[in-house]
Amino acid sequence: MPLAPPITNIEELKSHPALGCLVAWNASVVQAAKFDREELTIWVEKDAIREACAILRDSADCPFNYLCDLTCVDWYPSEPRFEVVYHLLSIATKERVRLKARLDGSSPAIESVTSVWPSANFYEREVFDLFGVRFTGHPNLERIMMPDDWEGHPLRKDYPVEGYR
Amino acid sequence: MTPLPATVAEPGQEGTLILNMGPQHPSTHGVLRVVLEIEGESVVRLRPEIGYLHTGIEKTCEAKFYQQVVPLTDRIDYLCPMTNNLAYCLAVERLLGLEIPPKVQWIRVLMNELTRINSHLVWLGSSAMDLGAMTVFLYCFREREDVLRFFEAISGQRMMSSYFRIGGLALEPPLGFFEKVKKFADRFPGNVDEYEGLLTGNPIFTRRTKGIARLSAEDAIALGAGGPTLRASGVDIDLRRDAPYSGYENFKFKVPVRTEGDVFARYICRVEELRESIGMVQQALAGMPEGPIKADAPKIVLPDRERMKTQMEALIYHFKIITEGFGVPAGEVYQAVESPRGEMGYYVVSDGTAKPYRVHMRGPSFANLQALAKMCEGGIIADVVAAIGSIDIVLGDCDR
Repeated sequence: MPLAPPITNIEELKSHPALGCLVAWNASVVQAAKFDREELTIWVEKDAIREACAILRDSADCPFNYLCDLTCVDWYPSEPRFEVVYHLLSIATKERVRLKARLDGSSPAIESVTSVWPSANFYEREVFDLFGVRFTGHPNLERIMMPDDWEGHPLRKDYPVEGYR
Repeated sequence: MTPLPATVAEPGQEGTLILNMGPQHPSTHGVLRVVLEIEGESVVRLRPEIGYLHTGIEKTCEAKFYQQVVPLTDRIDYLCPMTNNLAYCLAVERLLGLEIPPKVQWIRVLMNELTRINSHLVWLGSSAMDLGAMTVFLYCFREREDVLRFFEAISGQRMMSSYFRIGGLALEPPLGFFEKVKKFADRFPGNVDEYEGLLTGNPIFTRRTKGIARLSAEDAIALGAGGPTLRASGVDIDLRRDAPYSGYENFKFKVPVRTEGDVFARYICRVEELRESIGMVQQALAGMPEGPIKADAPKIVLPDRERMKTQMEALIYHFKIITEGFGVPAGEVYQAVESPRGEMGYYVVSDGTAKPYRVHMRGPSFANLQALAKMCEGGIIADVVAAIGSIDIVLGDCDR
């Protein structure tokens, strides 16, 4: 199957329940959207991420009640450097959507979504541990993979693959 | 079963005791450390500590060519290597827009279902042994040995098979392979009856499992549990049926769902899945199509050995793929597959070069582990062992 070019026009994509729901709630939080390789990505204003997640979870016709995955991508050296990525699934309709929030590299912080999905707890700790992104309002933001006294955040692009020697 | 005391102390209160279980403990199925706060025999608070097996696979992936990542994916979950291979290969194939020949898809389904049987057999044997049923363990490992022999026959490796390649398979299955699998598939339902005969009606086993470590459907969803753990709580979801990949839409199977949400329900779900899997193995064998085992994409898939010796072009492509890798169009894909433990997701980001910009694995064990505290708090210590067994945890998958 040859690749189709991505669709980035928000008007065209409004039929997708996740984007329709967010635009109906508050169109200004949606920065951009992209439909590529059968997957919808929505860039959300970082200050509104928790509310946007809560709106999607409680949406009446397509509740995105399951947080599949939460991770981060480091676009070092470009700014905004970090993209926190949320993969949501609606158990009722099996729809999927990807939310993204862009963060600056200087002191990356974003509101925690643990109050929306308790399952975000471990994922946010993992992102904090490996990328150094802080989640405000997280109940227990500690390192999860690396030892507590570890220096640096290994999955950042400016961290060498073989570690600091 | 001893009745619980009427009042259980609040966390952090005087009179509670901190008990450290693991990381080296036979019933934690790997290096999981569980910090228990207990009052007498009852668990007040439970906190899992992980990271002992963290090897930074995600970081390593960023330094390898796309095709070199396949052997790394095996090492994540050593009980279902082919499921990991499949999720990664499907993700990269979607990034590339590759078309996969039907025979490849069918062999991938066949091997994935054998992998599920392998994984569930290890789970069944070891979690039953945690509860004191030694015999089942020996029976399960007898059949598991057959499955591992199939892996060895088809890929040359018993556990870290790395059999799938981006765009196809590593090797043609050896002569007589399908007949051997057929013989096994004909015999296996009888073996499952044998395990069930030892456990399902066993009064000791049922008293250790029924009503133990309950998880409601709402909690299971909120805590991100997956696979049989989620289905045993009454949530009807299976990615093979709901979002078919690799030709699963051609297969007929039932998705076992229970509503009790206890250890016994998870056991029943997995045993039923064993029967469904062997049914799918039979279907895959009966309908196996003919054709190539590699996609028609010479710049991505390595050429046959014979063609390399006779054709200049094949030799050039081989040299280029090995030394420079192949570029993947920029973009990102999240590919979820149904692993024996739940949703296994591979999030692959490409920036257009020959090495992945970011590979993230959504490990089902990592997600299931978060539900453990909810299952155990308020119960007794002995049931923690049953609960850990019932979520079928693999720490390699958890820590990556």
